[in-house]
Amino acid sequence: MMAKATAQAAGTAPAFYVTEEEHAHPGGSTMLGFWLYLMSDCLVFAVLFATYGVLGRNYAAGPSGADLFDLKLVAVNTAMLLFSSITYGFAMLAMDKGRQAAVQGWLVVTALFGLAFLGIELYEFAHLIHEGATPMRSAFLSSFFTLVGTHGLHVTFGLIWLAVLMTQVSKHGLIEANRRRLMCLSMFWHFLDVVWIGVFTFVYLMGVLK
Amino acid sequence: MTSYPDWWKLLFGRFTLESIPYHEPILIGTFAVVALGGLALVALITRYKLWGYLWHDWFTSVDHKKIGIMYMILGVVMLLRGFADALMMRGQQAIAFAGNEGYLPPHHYDQIFTAHGVIMIFFVAMPFVTGLMNYVVPLQIGARDVAFPFLNNFSFWMTVGGAVLIMASLFIGEFAKVGWLAYPPLSGAAYSPGVGMDYYLWGLQIAGIGTTLSGVNLIATIVKMRAPGMDMMKMPVFTWTSLCTNVLIVATFPILAATLALLTLDRYVGTNFFTNDLGGNPMMYVNLIWIWGHPEVYILILPIFGVYSEVASTFCGKRLFGYASMVYATVVITILSYLVWLHHFFTMGSGASVNSFFGITTMIISIPTGAKIFNWLFTMYRGRIRFELPMMWLLAFMLTFVIGGMTGVMLAVPPADFVLHNSLFLIAHFHNVIIGGVVFGVFAGIAYWFPKAFGFKLDRFWGVLSFWFWVIGFYVAFMPLYILGLMGVTRRLSRFEDPSLQIWFVIAAIGAVLIALGIACFLIQIGVSILRREQLRDTTGDPWDGRTLEWATSSPPPAYNFAFTPIVHDLDAWADMKKRGYQRPLTGFRPIHMPKNTGAGVIIAGLATICGFALIWYIWWLAALSFIGVLAAVIIHTFNYDRDFHIPADEVVQAEDARTQLLGRA
Amino acid sequence: MDLENGGSRNREVSTLLRIFRAIAVLPLFALLGGCQWVLLAPSGDVALQQRNLLLASTALMLLIIIPVMALTIFFAWRYRASARAAYDPDWNHSLPLEVVIWSVPLLIIIVIGAMTWMGTHLLDPYRPLNRIAAGKPIVEARAGSSGIRKQPLVIQVVALDWKWLFLYPAQGVASLNEVVAPVDQPIEFRITSSAVMNSLFIPALAGQIYAMPGMQTKLNAVINHPGEFEGFSANYSGAGFSDMRFRFRGVDDAAFGEWVQGAIRNGSTLGREEYLVLERPSEREAVRYFRDVPSDLFTAVLNMCVDRAKMCTRDMMAMDAKGGGGKEGIHTVAALEYDKSVRRGGQPLPPRPFVMAICTPTDVYGAAGVTARAVN
Repeated sequence: MMAKATAQAAGTAPAFYVTEEEHAHPGGSTMLGFWLYLMSDCLVFAVLFATYGVLGRNYAAGPSGADLFDLKLVAVNTAMLLFSSITYGFAMLAMDKGRQAAVQGWLVVTALFGLAFLGIELYEFAHLIHEGATPMRSAFLSSFFTLVGTHGLHVTFGLIWLAVLMTQVSKHGLIEANRRRLMCLSMFWHFLDVVWIGVFTFVYLMGVLK
Repeated sequence: MTSYPDWWKLLFGRFTLESIPYHEPILIGTFAVVALGGLALVALITRYKLWGYLWHDWFTSVDHKKIGIMYMILGVVMLLRGFADALMMRGQQAIAFAGNEGYLPPHHYDQIFTAHGVIMIFFVAMPFVTGLMNYVVPLQIGARDVAFPFLNNFSFWMTVGGAVLIMASLFIGEFAKVGWLAYPPLSGAAYSPGVGMDYYLWGLQIAGIGTTLSGVNLIATIVKMRAPGMDMMKMPVFTWTSLCTNVLIVATFPILAATLALLTLDRYVGTNFFTNDLGGNPMMYVNLIWIWGHPEVYILILPIFGVYSEVASTFCGKRLFGYASMVYATVVITILSYLVWLHHFFTMGSGASVNSFFGITTMIISIPTGAKIFNWLFTMYRGRIRFELPMMWLLAFMLTFVIGGMTGVMLAVPPADFVLHNSLFLIAHFHNVIIGGVVFGVFAGIAYWFPKAFGFKLDRFWGVLSFWFWVIGFYVAFMPLYILGLMGVTRRLSRFEDPSLQIWFVIAAIGAVLIALGIACFLIQIGVSILRREQLRDTTGDPWDGRTLEWATSSPPPAYNFAFTPIVHDLDAWADMKKRGYQRPLTGFRPIHMPKNTGAGVIIAGLATICGFALIWYIWWLAALSFIGVLAAVIIHTFNYDRDFHIPADEVVQAEDARTQLLGRA
Repeated sequence: MDLENGGSRNREVSTLLRIFRAIAVLPLFALLGGCQWVLLAPSGDVALQQRNLLLASTALMLLIIIPVMALTIFFAWRYRASARAAYDPDWNHSLPLEVVIWSVPLLIIIVIGAMTWMGTHLLDPYRPLNRIAAGKPIVEARAGSSGIRKQPLVIQVVALDWKWLFLYPAQGVASLNEVVAPVDQPIEFRITSSAVMNSLFIPALAGQIYAMPGMQTKLNAVINHPGEFEGFSANYSGAGFSDMRFRFRGVDDAAFGEWVQGAIRNGSTLGREEYLVLERPSEREAVRYFRDVPSDLFTAVLNMCVDRAKMCTRDMMAMDAKGGGGKEGIHTVAALEYDKSVRRGGQPLPPRPFVMAICTPTDVYGAAGVTARAVN
């Protein structure tokens, strides 16, 4: 960025402007900007976690986590999301080597794991609601469904984004703009992973094991 | 109430013909004026074939300067609405005594005070502050635009979308009757079943998304795009305060979004976050909303402190006294503003130790704030003060704000707050700091940077008149409220019993009228200045003998701001350049890389607004359709890779030569 | 041309200064009419101490605010451009000055902070009073001690839509929109609300405290002068908020006894059924008295189970503490028949659920619920 500057006419006066050709930096700030966005999103989750922390024991004489959660199912679900993070990592490695087909392949695998995660989550929700443990039953269930559901919603949008990006990569190849976008999605995806580890520990494990 | 067939409900949700308040003469009158004015405006624009110009050069513009100006226009328009609410409240309270019901039934009055608060904070103060930051920050740091120009345009239109929803509530349905922060359980489905609360929720949610993204944008801009040589401690104070404000925005608006989303779920789905039954806890809402709400007031005041700092050093013809301590004070305020939220509800019964903690942290904020006041004071010391409009606003601010600061510390003492909480004393206090701080500063900023934005100064006569009406009007309107507060009068009352109070309300109403005259003079000032623009023309680009980089370029600046990126060697870079014999480059211009305009922001924000409207009225098909529309528009936008272009060297040469000629003539 | 300009600006500056001076003096005149300023001349000891704290902190801050205002005006006048006073454009730092401008406010805040810490603890509304007034401490009755020992008079307060209900558990009476207490008698208010948030505020007596549904707050206070004082809700609670006022009367012991007797003689009964009717929104209710108030009514209001079909929040919380009601608990919810939105004149909503009591009387909704529905 710091370019060589030519001296002014006076000779002793320092340079007051950049005279060298300036290179355009489209997206030079994208990574920082996306980080900032992720941090703001993190705060949304922080509020939801805090809400769960305050209300998570208010069962309103209804069922508790220990009564409702199927830890094995959730463990499988967690594995799905963790695997999807690893496979996304492989996609990024392939991107560094410029191997477009491998990138697309790993992205497909990631999407499949993501879909599996969502499917299991939806099954769990449907099962709970079928039993009558709806978000309306108690403050505990309200905060549980909202926290987990918000995460699920993020995964859903991540999957839509993934599909869009795959189309764009196949259309334009691994050009700089697409690499940048893949990096952003990568951060987003890993971020969701981290949030999920919080959810798994804080909501499911502590809910069942207390 | 007539019942509507099922197909109607399917098509129009809970909208019925009774939702139009045609039985309220005040609203019908307002609607007639707004509709006629709007039609006249549309007719004029069509007559002069300006639609294309507006669309291509303004609505779709990604130029931070144009977006900044549009924010300011939004602020002025909404100020008129918010102030009309204020006048109506003052009128009602001045006459509703001893059996007189006044002219506003509670149903209407309660909407007005809610709308007044919401509009003044979210759609007047915020656009003004964001507008100033948008316009000035990139110029001050020697950048050509913000980091994410498209996002900037989108943020603006989301703010407009929120404002449109709030305005729509005036004529379609009703607005919330819950106070500006909408505490549950009152704001829950059980006690506020109408559309008013939903207008509130979706209006703020949509505008809030815009604000958050604008915060991300400006942080990235300030961190990444400063001119070479401008390290953090060489940043102009306004840029510093903007940075802190945007950090606050990014760190608090998500909390607002989440909190409002939880309340929305309570209302729409029937969850139990803030209900009384089934384990919900309304007090959690009060905590969460103030964790956003308190930093919010610093979001408003910090950039304005920056404005005052720029004004002080420019019009005293001096470097700002204690730049470093000013910066530290700003950062300390930023951090402390998170640790004081509970002082808004000492009376909840949190216990003495908790209350003392938050009371004392609140008082600690007054130390860095006081340091700032001293810094401006000693900037005047041994200065050569020119009493131009911005400087007058600064003086009025310094004398007014300290009173507000003092009453603020009084309210921070919990036992004193027990008697002053929710009283008119509190109302007087926060108007004292918001009008005496933010509003005065916005006017100072407008007077200061107007010549930069438009190439001519504002008319002095009408400006001085507006200044005096505002300042005197403020004292006449709010000093009686301090007194009424000490008489134990609480806020949000629409009628009173004790006739001895009436005189004070009448005085306050007179003050409100004086402020209205101040606003009128301000509008006249703008009009007169446009008519007299040739006499008021600034050809130098530096009409005030400014000190920071925005004064180094022409007025108005070219689209690319600086033909060559400036290099910074000292604080007050432009003063330094002038002192050391900077010569403006006349040759060697190159093509300049710039972002392209795009209509995507208007379209996405428009669809989001429609989605919000549909959700408010339970028009589910439209909500689904517009939400899919939002998604589709975003995706289509990402397929557009062709987002930049180069301003050809010829055009740059032309623009710069024109400036050379202008400078030669001066 | 330039000179002329400078002159007119000068004149403007001096008018500016004159007007500011006038504004600064104005509040002093207003102070002369201080007799009706209830916060500055309260009749209860707690409010009096709160006022003293208010005045002390104001005085401390004026120590710094007055010099700042004076200096602002002085510098603005002294260094105006036309005065051609000493001009030092590069002077922008002074360590001693910086130390002063940070440390003087710091010192003042340390003093006010210390006052705040002590005042907040001493005047904590939950804390039982330790004095009736200055020089009249409340002490344990011991041989030879001159202090006054008085058990506080307990008054239970329920903020209803939009009126105030005061229950006297020891006396078995209740009153609507009027509260009476003997002079120099410590009072302990226990406060809750039936529907939305309100704030109990009697400016002459003591500071306010929120009234919140399902929660109890407390306020300890004493009235030192007989008389009629105004009380109201200080937190906006909906359409009838402006008229949510009541009288607070400080009387001597004998008059208080008569008042209680009067309520017993003339009052109507207030059982759970009557309460559920009374709870419905109404505005500008006249003062009314009640007798035969069941001793558990306030507890039932607080636990939101006046309708016997509803589970008390106390029991609900006890169950939750033991891990909730299990999966069987899912189905202990019934729809609440009369819903609050209809009461507020809104459109009917899907009924709100509530949790049924484990032991319900004869039918699901209970006798109280049936009565309430019948009236609805």
